[in-house]
Amino acid sequence: MATIETRNVRPGGKRVFIRRHSLTVRLSHWLNVLCMTVLLFSGLQIFNAHPALYWGQYGADNDPSVLSMEAAEDGDAIKGVTRIGSFSFNTTGMLGVSTVDGQATARGFPAWITLPSYQDLATGRRWHFFFAWLFVINGLIYMAYGFVARHFRRDLLPARDELTPGHLRDEIVDHARLRFPKGEKARHYNALQKLTYLLVIFLALPVMIATGLTMSPGFNAFAPWMLDVFGGRQSARTLHFITAFALVAFVVVHVAMVLVSGVFNNMRSMITGRYSIDIEDRTEVQP
Amino acid sequence: MSRIITRRRFLIGSTLTASALGLSGCDALVESPKVQSILKIAEGLTMKTQRALIGDDTLAREFGMADISPTFRANGTSMPDGAQYQDLLSRQFSTWQLEVGGLVERPTKLSLAALKAMPSRTQITRHDCVEGWSAIGQWTGVPLGSLLQQVGLKPEARYIVFHCADEFEKTLDGSGWYYESIDLVDAFHPQTILAHAMNGRDLEVAHGAPLRLRVARQLGYKQAKYLMRIEAVADLASLYGGNGGFWEDRGYEWYAGI
Repeated sequence: MATIETRNVRPGGKRVFIRRHSLTVRLSHWLNVLCMTVLLFSGLQIFNAHPALYWGQYGADNDPSVLSMEAAEDGDAIKGVTRIGSFSFNTTGMLGVSTVDGQATARGFPAWITLPSYQDLATGRRWHFFFAWLFVINGLIYMAYGFVARHFRRDLLPARDELTPGHLRDEIVDHARLRFPKGEKARHYNALQKLTYLLVIFLALPVMIATGLTMSPGFNAFAPWMLDVFGGRQSARTLHFITAFALVAFVVVHVAMVLVSGVFNNMRSMITGRYSIDIEDRTEVQP
Repeated sequence: MSRIITRRRFLIGSTLTASALGLSGCDALVESPKVQSILKIAEGLTMKTQRALIGDDTLAREFGMADISPTFRANGTSMPDGAQYQDLLSRQFSTWQLEVGGLVERPTKLSLAALKAMPSRTQITRHDCVEGWSAIGQWTGVPLGSLLQQVGLKPEARYIVFHCADEFEKTLDGSGWYYESIDLVDAFHPQTILAHAMNGRDLEVAHGAPLRLRVARQLGYKQAKYLMRIEAVADLASLYGGNGGFWEDRGYEWYAGI
């Protein structure tokens, strides 16, 4: 993160540009945006072929499910019922039943969020597996780069003093008040960012790949122990679903943070690599 | 400003055109033949990678009696309605014969009694539907490999095709008959059996009586039911839609290991 340009913005202060994101990080980030978008929408298409989740080695219509989205008769109409464990919710219009070409239709997720929009499992699978390969190859290149170029150690590994409860508490309070690091402190990710990115890179995304592969009968023959790790093919399918929505939650927060912490500067840094920091003279040498 | 309105008008116009055709922007992309042929790269990559990793004879996991699904969901056809099948069923398949032909040295016909008298393998394996659900059942049947050794494959044989008694989609040209195919790696896999019993009883009609294929390392649609004829072929292009199976002709992957 070398300073590449310095510019005076006002008396007593200066704006410096640092190179925040390397080309590899920027390319893999945007490729990941594409892959995760297609994987989510095609994944919901695949889920819609059997909109129920189970726990264990097996699970089908006659077995108890942990989640289901169904259409139930409601007089002359149908209503969407989503059940999680023993709790049922009326989710007509969104889950279980939604409108297709003006008609209330039984389907898990609505047409506007599946790829393709209409029910077509074969096509959903083709898209899902193509982009899964792209995602895995992209991830492997990023991982190799992260270790070899010391990206993980330099940019993502929190320092010991960043992990103290006091420091983390201060950062959480600052985030909640939408107060973001300025000046020299903005040169690096803060501890909450580092921990979140590490969780996504080393836990959530690998779990997505591993649970996806555990659903493959071919891959099961190669690595049957993964069935034991996740508790069976149907458990792996359920964990695949839960982790996907954990990632959706991450993306929602991530994009919100990008928007409120200087959207132009953030976007510029992830596209061109350049990130500006305003440094006020003497402010960084406070006690 | 006027440019923005024009652009917006253009977007509205094209959206209306697309929805009039029943297509959103994504769907138009989905239906492009060029896009479809690019996406098919993934199937070959998956098959080559899995074959390299797994090893030809590596077994799928076998489960215990306690793991068997209380109710094994029947899928696809649950009662073939053709006159020929109904006649065979009314005679408890005593007149049914499995025809084994194509690129084999000694074409043959086997009765159900003859198949049941052959050495069999019993396995408790998981059945994974392409839709996402799974069921575990116990299967007993003749290893396909031993039957193929008995009839002798000609050197040019590359695939084994399974012709079934159920017409899953009624069509005028007869393209709706269920069929499936596997290559010789899966045909000679120890867990690839022609099952005549399930959970210790004769195969029920809903599950493919009198005989169904079990290919343990692939998805449910490969597990052809109501077998009538087995054919060894050099390539799949001349059969039905040319993609090697009923669902394959309707867009699904021929290699169903994932």
